[in-house]
Amino acid sequence: MSEYTSLTPEDLAEMLATIGVTSIDELLGAIPDDVRLQVPLNIPAGRPEQEVVAHLRQLAERNTSADDEITFLGGGMYDHYSPALIESIILRSEFLTPYTPYQPEISQGGLQAMFEYQTAISELTGLPISNASLYEGPSAVASAAYMSKLTNERPEFVVSRGLHPHARQTLATVAHGWGGRVVEVDLANGVTDLTELAELVGPNTCAVIVQQPNFLGAVEDLSAISQIAHAAGAVPICSADPLTLGVLEAPGNQGIEICVGEGQTLGNRLDFGGPSFGFLAASAHHMRRMPGRIAGQTTDVDGRRGFVLTLQTREQHIRREKATSNICTSQALNALAGVMYLAWLGREGLPELGELLMQRTAYARMQLAALDGVELLHDQPVVREFAVRLDAPVDRVIAACQDRGVNPGLALGHEYPEYENGLLVAITEQRSRSDIDTLVRVLGEVVAEIVGSRAGAGVAG
Amino acid sequence: MAEETYPEDLRYHREHDWVRVEGDEAIFGITWFAQDALGEVVFYEPPAVGSTVSADATYGELESVKAVSDIYAPADGEVIAINDAVVASPGLVNSDPYGEGWLLRVRLTNPDAVSGLMDQAAYTAYLAGLGDA
Repeated sequence: MSEYTSLTPEDLAEMLATIGVTSIDELLGAIPDDVRLQVPLNIPAGRPEQEVVAHLRQLAERNTSADDEITFLGGGMYDHYSPALIESIILRSEFLTPYTPYQPEISQGGLQAMFEYQTAISELTGLPISNASLYEGPSAVASAAYMSKLTNERPEFVVSRGLHPHARQTLATVAHGWGGRVVEVDLANGVTDLTELAELVGPNTCAVIVQQPNFLGAVEDLSAISQIAHAAGAVPICSADPLTLGVLEAPGNQGIEICVGEGQTLGNRLDFGGPSFGFLAASAHHMRRMPGRIAGQTTDVDGRRGFVLTLQTREQHIRREKATSNICTSQALNALAGVMYLAWLGREGLPELGELLMQRTAYARMQLAALDGVELLHDQPVVREFAVRLDAPVDRVIAACQDRGVNPGLALGHEYPEYENGLLVAITEQRSRSDIDTLVRVLGEVVAEIVGSRAGAGVAG
Repeated sequence: MAEETYPEDLRYHREHDWVRVEGDEAIFGITWFAQDALGEVVFYEPPAVGSTVSADATYGELESVKAVSDIYAPADGEVIAINDAVVASPGLVNSDPYGEGWLLRVRLTNPDAVSGLMDQAAYTAYLAGLGDA
């Protein structure tokens, strides 16, 4: 009998008797033998709770968290500080426990939180309409692409290789479903190659999709990219890191029509990759093609301020197969953490944090570039992430640095074969100047040792 | 809200669309019954001028406070004008469905086919049948 459920032999006998069979085998007798599993499931026997907890703890100890080493790992998820304030608010049962409200106007507090969130995203992106959040960054990119498909029905998406590889993969997977093609534009000196972009964009181009800052940390010229898209009647889409928008120009002010992104950097912890939230904001003429829910501000019969879910006529429970998306929900709790984080930083705090990141990142970039065996992969402006090329096998370098308590960053070559031995280094406000000095010392030692041993081997040979 | 009427000079499609033929051109709209079923119309998504529409196929959307509905073309044609007044004030579809609330002007590909649609008597009988169902 199962050791994972509370069914007793007596329960089983009673249930079988009720339906008039004598055994499980008799119950399943109608299923042909050759499609039945003839052996017991390969699941270990049940164990006492205490043992299971101890076992899980052992498994968890095999992980290395951002608290266990000095980490410069980024590439889409970043080790920013999440203030205690956020946890104390999102753990309130009013926010933590409800499932999607089927009579949403009853939950005025929940709707107001969505409305405040949308207002913040709208201000950050420079675009007038924001939805109440999507699942995460990559699927938000795919949602933006589908919006543009509904707009002009063109088949081709021209996508910068500076867009996160996960976003490109998600887009390719989803676009396949509606017959869309994805064409990639190479990077030149770290940013989208505008000459190649202009050549690839044409009457079949549905949308042009880039990332700000891009995967290599470089700041893209969104105005130039929007112009190229608009000249061909394509929709310019940008995936942006919201935390950098305190110091970078809002994408909406640079001609971008749909701005999406990963919300993790706004007050959501790393938590082994999720959950987080995605955001999506757009210019007014895309309003009726936006996926997801939108909270609106209105007045009740007595003229008091209130909040409602609006534009629901586009959602799947009304529109069925013609819905603008099958997302009728949002990542409300994670988005709430996002808007609380922005409120915590405030209008002055967000640009101040951006400036701090730029200063520390510039320092780290300069120090690393001065090392023997390390050179910059590009010299574009950056905010908090940059790429270098090592004179040594990058995976070996990372492993050796980790042995000395420092994770120097992400190896680029796995996703970008053109950047063999490329290393992507991210700086957050949690990395002090002394942490950066440690990185420079450790990386310098490791690269020198590997290069030195190679040179030594060469002499000996 | 307009009074319930079904003008004699129009032809009617079973999806509650009307067509008014003017030479080799025609005007499309939705009937009183359709706008009444939709309720207050808040958005009209028209096709592009120059595009073609096909009889029995959808050419645009009307959104009311209750639902988004497809609009069906009663005849084949090429779009030569859309009603910008309805784009700006969708409520015209409710207040004047056969006049200011028109949706599309087309050049008919096959003007003779329009005579195959229901006339006023047939359409009102069809509506009565829907009521019985």
